[in-house]
Parts: sequence; C-alpha cells; structure tokens
Amino acid sequence: MSILEVQNIQKSFGSIEVLRDISFSMKKGQVVSIIGSSGSGKTTLLRCLNFLERPDGGRIVVNGETLFDAADPATQREREVRRKRLRFGLVFQSFNLFPQYTALKNVMLACELLARERPDYRANRRAIQAQIEAEARTLLDKVGLANRMQNYPWQLSGGQQQRVAIARALALKPDILCFDEPTSALDPELTGEVLRVIRSLKSDDRTMIIVTHEMAFARDVSDHIIFMDGGVIVEQGNPYNIINNPREERTIQFLSRYQTQQES
Amino acid sequence: MQLFLEQFPIVVRSLNVGFMQTLKLFCVTLIGALPLGLVIAFGSMSKVKPLSIFTRIIVWIVRGSPLMIQLLIIFYFPGIVLHKTVWGGGEAGRFAAASTAFIINYACYFSEIYRGGIQSVPVGQEEAGLVLGMTKPQIFFHVKLSQVIKRIVPPMSNEIITLVKDTSLARIIALQEIIWAGQAFMKSSQGISGAIWPLFFTGVYYLACNGLLTLLFGWVERKLGYYKV
Ligand SMILES: Nc1ncnc2c1ncn2[C@@H]1O[C@H](COP(=O)(O)OP(=O)(O)OP(=O)(O)O)[C@@H](O)[C@H]1O
Ligand SMILES: [Mg+2]
Repeated sequence: MSILEVQNIQKSFGSIEVLRDISFSMKKGQVVSIIGSSGSGKTTLLRCLNFLERPDGGRIVVNGETLFDAADPATQREREVRRKRLRFGLVFQSFNLFPQYTALKNVMLACELLARERPDYRANRRAIQAQIEAEARTLLDKVGLANRMQNYPWQLSGGQQQRVAIARALALKPDILCFDEPTSALDPELTGEVLRVIRSLKSDDRTMIIVTHEMAFARDVSDHIIFMDGGVIVEQGNPYNIINNPREERTIQFLSRYQTQQES
Repeated sequence: MQLFLEQFPIVVRSLNVGFMQTLKLFCVTLIGALPLGLVIAFGSMSKVKPLSIFTRIIVWIVRGSPLMIQLLIIFYFPGIVLHKTVWGGGEAGRFAAASTAFIINYACYFSEIYRGGIQSVPVGQEEAGLVLGMTKPQIFFHVKLSQVIKRIVPPMSNEIITLVKDTSLARIIALQEIIWAGQAFMKSSQGISGAIWPLFFTGVYYLACNGLLTLLFGWVERKLGYYKV
C-alpha cells in the first residue's frame, strides 16, 4: 500500500493557478525528488502537504487515511489540522531555527510541548523529559553535531544549522519528511555535509520528499523523480530515465541548463 | 550659605513628598499601560477590519496630539461640559484623572512598539512552530515572545525614560508632584520665599531616577544579548 497518495491537488492564489491537477504516490521508505524551475509550484506543493496552505481541490491520503479532501468539509476541521501535520515534517530552505534556544533545545521543544498533553505527564514528568532529551541527543549525534548541542544557532554555520533543523524535524517521528531546497541557502562548500545527512536517512528507510536543484544528488538518492513546470507535473518516473533520458521537450530544456552549468 | 543650609532640609523634605506622587504616577501608568498597550496592539493587528481601523485611528489621535491637552480634556471635560463629577475633589481626584490620561496616552505609544516587535519576527518562525505541531499560543509564548522582548527593550526604555519626565505635565492640573513642590518655594512656602533653586533641584531627582532605569534596561539588554535575531 502507498504511504502517501496525492490526488488532483489544485491551488490558486487569487486568479493565478499555481498547482494544477498534481497527482503522485509513494511507498514507505521511498525517496521522491521534485525538480523544476523557479515558480513552478514546488514549495507550494510541500506547503499544501504540511497544511500551511489549503488546497482548493484534491485529496491527500496517508496510510489509507484521508487527511484532506477538498470535497469533504469533515476532513478540514481546524482543530484536527495540528494532529495531521505531525504526519509530515518540513525542513525549510532558510532553516528557521529558534534563535533563543540551543541546538539541543531546538530539537526538544516541540516534543516537550506535545508531551504535556499526555495523560501521564504529571506523574512521569522527569522520566518523559529525560527520554526526550536522550532522543534529541541521539538525533544530533546522528547528524554529526554531538559537540555542538549547547551552541546557539548564531554560533553555527549554515550547514550545521540545517542539520539541527533536520534533527528537529526527525524528533517528531513524521511518516514523511519533506525538504524544500535544503541546500539552496548554503555556500557550495557546505552543501556536502547536508546532502550526506539526507543520504544517511535514506539508508534508514526514511520516506522523504525532496525539492532540490542538485540534479546529481536527486538522481543518486531518489527512487522516483517528478519534474514540475507551470504548476503541472510534466514528467515523472525513475531517476535515471528522467535525468539522462528525458522525453518531454520542457524537461530536456530544463535539464540542459544544468548540464551546461556543470560542464562550464 | 548659612541660609542655604537652613533651607535645604526643609526643601528636600517637601520635594520628597512631591517625588512620591511623581513615582506613584509613574508606576500606576506603567502597570496600566503595559498590558493595555498589548491589548491595543492585538486590536490594531486584528483580522477584523473595522476593529483594526478603529484602533489605529484612536492610536493616531492619541499619539498625534499633546499629552497636555489630553490631560486637560480628561480632567475638565466631565465637570464643565457634562456637569458631572467623575474625578471627585482634591488631590485624589487629580491623581485619578492624571493616571487615566497617562495610561491611555502611553498605552498607545507602547502598542506601536509592541506591534513593531511582533511584526518583525519572521513568518518562518511561526511556520516552523506550526509544522512542529505547536499551537498558536505555544508559538507565541515559547517562540516569539522572547524575540519580541529582545527587539522592544531599546525603544521601550526610551519611552519609559520619557515617561519619567512627562509626569511633570500633571502639574498643569495642579497635581502635587515634584515640580509643583519645587515651585511652591518661588512664591512662599514654609517660611521660604522667592527661592528658585528648589525648582532647579528637582532635576536631580529626575536624573537619579533615569540613571537607575538606564542601568536596569542595560542589564535586561545584556541578559538577552546571549542570542542574535
Ligand atoms: N502566498 C502567495 N501568494 C501569491 N502568490 C504566491 C504565493 N506563494 C507562491 N505564489 C506564487 O506561486 C507560484 C509558485 O511559487 P512556488 O514558491 O511554489 O514556486 P517554486 O517552484 O518553489 O519556486 P522556487 O524554485 O523559486 O522556490 C509563483 O508564481 C509564486 O509567485
Ligand atoms: Mg520554492
């Protein structure tokens, strides 16, 4: 069964149709990359999945549960949005770490706040807190920041900040982790460390959707690539076919820009 | 010199009494205006258009006209125009009227500072919180509030230091604050007459008070200086 099914998602801002009839599905443990030129709607799609935007049409189904159906108001209740959001994680292009907290606290905060809603929170407060901290430390260790836990975001490089953001998203154990151009705000020499972390997540069988402009990375890490242009999916399929043997004229044009960039 | 030494204790005793009234007005204004300003700030940022427009017009009027006029209107309007006694007689009535005028005036100034502080927090902070499953109140208290405070401490400290000096405007409705107390010696009071130095000497009280506040705000700024926004 698919872990995620996106069916006919449609989204307009005013009179501009930004997403038109977007459909795809993915299985547990798969990595899907979304590529496409600026303004093609990639960020908007991820924001729809994370309930930061409400689609005007279509359905979002996770593990067989319909989280959103534009035709069914019962799936759009405001107070259920928060729980549904937790199915997805989102790593932003600009990190968006909380500047007043250490790396460790950035990773722990949301878990601590969620834990307060547990019925046994009062009784087991200490133990719960200790467990949250232990998990956060494990995650930061995993992204290679064991010696940076007590640093504040301003004391970290962009690459380190983005790795904290990844650990922070993982802490809530989302079913599907989304990345919106995770390396676009980084100096070229810092992209490698972030891409390495994402690769390591793939070997842990994490289900991920990655919006990226790193074509070689997308080809190597993905099970499936989606090429978007003008709010529609122009072409999707196996990474090698899309990157090395695109069929559609628009895909060929888009990719040729990257080939010439890499050669020059 | 002999005369000055004789006058000094009398003057200081009298100025201290006036200064207590000044301090009281200062504290009451802060206690009222700090929270009221936050309410006004949320009003002016409300998505309910009529509410936000109404609030912004009030803020514009209050900030755009002299505090002295507001004091006079609030003190005299009920009695002269409505023929009603709202403030009661005597010093207590004058204090109530002055506090009301100061609280309204300063709440409007504070609200603009709050609004600037709240709106300067990048949307990415709220979105990061939402995606992590936080509620809006949690995002406000655990993510935004500290960043807002950090940003508003410098403009707030300016405004609060101005408030210390503005309390002297209450002299216009004869509130017996420190300027009133100092001025009394120019005419005649407690056997001292024609003395102008007590009025100048009130400046020392304002300087001391603002010196302390400057130290306090410097300390708060350093406290929040451990991170950058
Ligand atoms: N909140 C909004 N209001 C109005 N228009 C918007 C809004 N957000 C996005 N758009 C428009 O939607 C289109 C798609 O934007 P989106 O950010 O999804 O593109 P993208 O593929 O992520 O581009 P990039 O590669 O530059 O990040 C753009 O034309 C953009 O101007
Ligand atoms: Mg984008």
